[in-house]
Amino acid sequence: MSEHLASHVLGLVGDRAEVEVVTMSGISFLTRFANSFIHQNVGEQLESVRLRVAVDGRVASGATTRIDDASLAAFVDETLETARRQPVDEDWPGLTPPVEIAAIEHHDDETADASPAARAELVRTFVDAGDGMLAAGYCETEGATYTFVNSAGHNATGRETSAVLDGIHRTSSSAGFGHAGSSAIGDLDAAAVGELAARRARDSESTFDAKPGEYEVVLAQEATATIAIFLAVYGMNGKAHEEGRSFVDLGAKQFDESFRLWDDAGDPRARGIQFDTEGTPKGRVDFVTDGVTTRLAHNRRTARKAGIESTGHGFPGSDVFGAFPVNLFVGSGGETVDELIAGVEHGIYVSTFNYCRVLDPKSLVVTGLTRNGTFMIENGAITGAVSNLRFTQSFVEALAPGKLLGIGSDDRFADSEFGADFVIAPSMRLASWHFTGGADG
Amino acid sequence: MVFDQAEVAVQGALDAGAAYADARVVVAKQETIDVQNQAVEAIDRSEQAGVGVRALVGSSWGFFATADVDAAQSAGERAAEIARASAVVPGAPIEFADVAVVSDSYETPHQEDPFAVPQSEKVDLLIGVTKTIQEVPGVAIATANLTFYDTDKWFVSSQGHRIHQHLVESGGGFDATALDDAESQRRSYPQSFGQYETGGYEVIRRWDFPSNAQRVGEEAVALLTADELEDHETDLILEGSQLALQIHESVGHAIELDRILGWEAAFAGTSHLDLNKLGSFRFGSPLMNITADATLPGALGTFGFDDEGTAAQAVDIVKDGIWVGVLSGRDSAAIAGLPPGGMVRADGYNRLPMVRMTNVGLLPGDSSLDEIIADTNSGVYMATNRSWSIDDRRLNFQFGTEIAWEVKNGKLGRMLKNPTYTGIGPVFWGSLDRLAGGDEWIHWGTPNCGKGQPMQVAHTGHSAAPARFTNVRVGVRG
Repeated sequence: MSEHLASHVLGLVGDRAEVEVVTMSGISFLTRFANSFIHQNVGEQLESVRLRVAVDGRVASGATTRIDDASLAAFVDETLETARRQPVDEDWPGLTPPVEIAAIEHHDDETADASPAARAELVRTFVDAGDGMLAAGYCETEGATYTFVNSAGHNATGRETSAVLDGIHRTSSSAGFGHAGSSAIGDLDAAAVGELAARRARDSESTFDAKPGEYEVVLAQEATATIAIFLAVYGMNGKAHEEGRSFVDLGAKQFDESFRLWDDAGDPRARGIQFDTEGTPKGRVDFVTDGVTTRLAHNRRTARKAGIESTGHGFPGSDVFGAFPVNLFVGSGGETVDELIAGVEHGIYVSTFNYCRVLDPKSLVVTGLTRNGTFMIENGAITGAVSNLRFTQSFVEALAPGKLLGIGSDDRFADSEFGADFVIAPSMRLASWHFTGGADG
Repeated sequence: MVFDQAEVAVQGALDAGAAYADARVVVAKQETIDVQNQAVEAIDRSEQAGVGVRALVGSSWGFFATADVDAAQSAGERAAEIARASAVVPGAPIEFADVAVVSDSYETPHQEDPFAVPQSEKVDLLIGVTKTIQEVPGVAIATANLTFYDTDKWFVSSQGHRIHQHLVESGGGFDATALDDAESQRRSYPQSFGQYETGGYEVIRRWDFPSNAQRVGEEAVALLTADELEDHETDLILEGSQLALQIHESVGHAIELDRILGWEAAFAGTSHLDLNKLGSFRFGSPLMNITADATLPGALGTFGFDDEGTAAQAVDIVKDGIWVGVLSGRDSAAIAGLPPGGMVRADGYNRLPMVRMTNVGLLPGDSSLDEIIADTNSGVYMATNRSWSIDDRRLNFQFGTEIAWEVKNGKLGRMLKNPTYTGIGPVFWGSLDRLAGGDEWIHWGTPNCGKGQPMQVAHTGHSAAPARFTNVRVGVRG
């Protein structure tokens, strides 16, 4: 369906323009629960076409879900007409020439065909793990096929599936979080996710207010993932760097030497497909190696300006916002989370961050809060739960040379401020984190 | 014809066992133009069309959507099937507050169809604005954008609703960025992310982009060498658009009944508000009067009917500082024993309708910004949002703005950069002691309110005028 549709649209444009077409065909379901019952349960059959044309260097784009012949013909004609009315785009990078795409698929038939009953059973297992606590969260399964074709003769097709179970258990005074994600629903251990959330909720039921100030911290995977995606979106963004808005200093040792950050859609643990919306293959891109910032993420437009090849990170809107990676990995270490905590004399363990926002992209100073399990560490052990805290902290400074004191061996897909499963991340122990106050005042 | 497709979807759900069903056929067009430094970065015209069906079986909604309106019957059946699966983890049966069953139509009042305005005119406007900004020495980046929405919705319910709406929204803005080795500074107009309203291209003409471009560029450059706002407590005067976001985050989300009931606990969060205190909880000073009014002409959260077929209405939320109202839909209102507020909306045909803000605004006072500044011995005036963060119960907030000025002895003084302020919602609102009105009371629009899973983006309105708050902590930095 996806391939036929893409070819059809390409044919409708014919020789009237340079053209690239991306079609998507898929199905998506999300089962949502709160107060320990399923309260919202949704599904969607997806069919869409995205088109970008260049008429003598005049560029326009569009998307539609109307795929009958008459609607598609009108859509193509309107997009071409829009392009003709534009000024010449001096930065138009042209089309991706034919290039080989890796034959890797993160696809699982069971996930693509997962039934409402299968998602409900995972939810029930998660809820039961709370032993009477209030549970809330979601279970999502998706499957999609993407096809790319352009008038330069390049084409590619890829399939992907994904499955996520994510939720909290909560008492009247606390909440704990658990998360699992994979390309295969069979990988989701609902009991383990539910038990982790329940344990964190029970352990943080009785909290005290920690004084604002600098603390050593141990960050769970979700908190690490949020730091990583902020580094990528605001820093490794090739457009932001070209415009001087990024903190990145290529070749400089900006981070602790044990910090590594890379993107790799081909890794067996990753999700997604092997090409971007411009048809560029997605290879491994190392952004930070041994603490040195080495690469940036590009689409074809920013890559052309930088005089290099696209890294395969284009998406609709990346010409405006800039490209960034979504198959991120933070290099893991050799310590268990208990070992990371054991090294802390006086500090705080953070399960998740919440509502993080950038105060200044150039220094990547971010404010946000802790959520769903925040604990005091004294003399190498967790001694109690603390109320949620607000922080204001430069994410770059937090990982500066000498600041990353330990990395966990517990890397996994993690939720983040920008969504689930863009990052495979471990726990981390950091020398200093600036908490500016308690969430309740 | 289109109503018939929605009817087929509803019947499909009923035939499959739903006790209630409704369906929306939606055709939504969007045009976006982005210009940076006098070059068009993107021009995009997109259309999303399809049918979404909601089926109620037992204690849960099932929802299914497809772009193939010829598959409406099947979509209804699948919605019921999904709802039935929810019985594996069941809750209490859902009740549904009564509303008037109507056949009606609504169209956004507008003068100029924004899609009919020549694209060359829109592009020329944005290129001209960025040119003016770039002529200011020291400006590194000038961006400008316009976005227009044209949405047709046909709603049908198993109770007999048949409603057609045609909504038109227009908006845009521009900003200037100045850079040095250490930091970036930005100024925006009319506000961060632009100003959006219901209406046609006349919205863009009224905001007069060209006359404000040079000032915005000059302020961005001046900020690089301005003094940093230091951490202290002082009287804080907020410009209207920043106050609008303050209302959105610390009042608007807190009064959503689905959050109060725990339905959003895992993601968006809950609320510090307790329904047992509705009518008695002091949210703010006696100057604080908040309404949720979906009937305000021109405001971004204005419509004829919500996506459950309930007529748009104005509801008191905070009266003389006391919390008196919530944002609700038919199911949440029934649980809380309150009248349904007509505040349930969906982001397109393919999303489940949920409680969303309409126009949650602070009613105007009788002062003016100039009078408030003249009446302030020592304080800070902050304008235009730069960052926003608030906890999951909507209590602890920290906002950053693009610019601030010191206020001394009733006059604006030196410019201050990197301004932030922080507080606890009811404490902050309790310190409201001066409030402007008149033509400074503006229906600010927020086009990017995220909520729900799968994520939905809503367009909401927030009327506000400049106001003063006492003893606020400002200047918080890491």
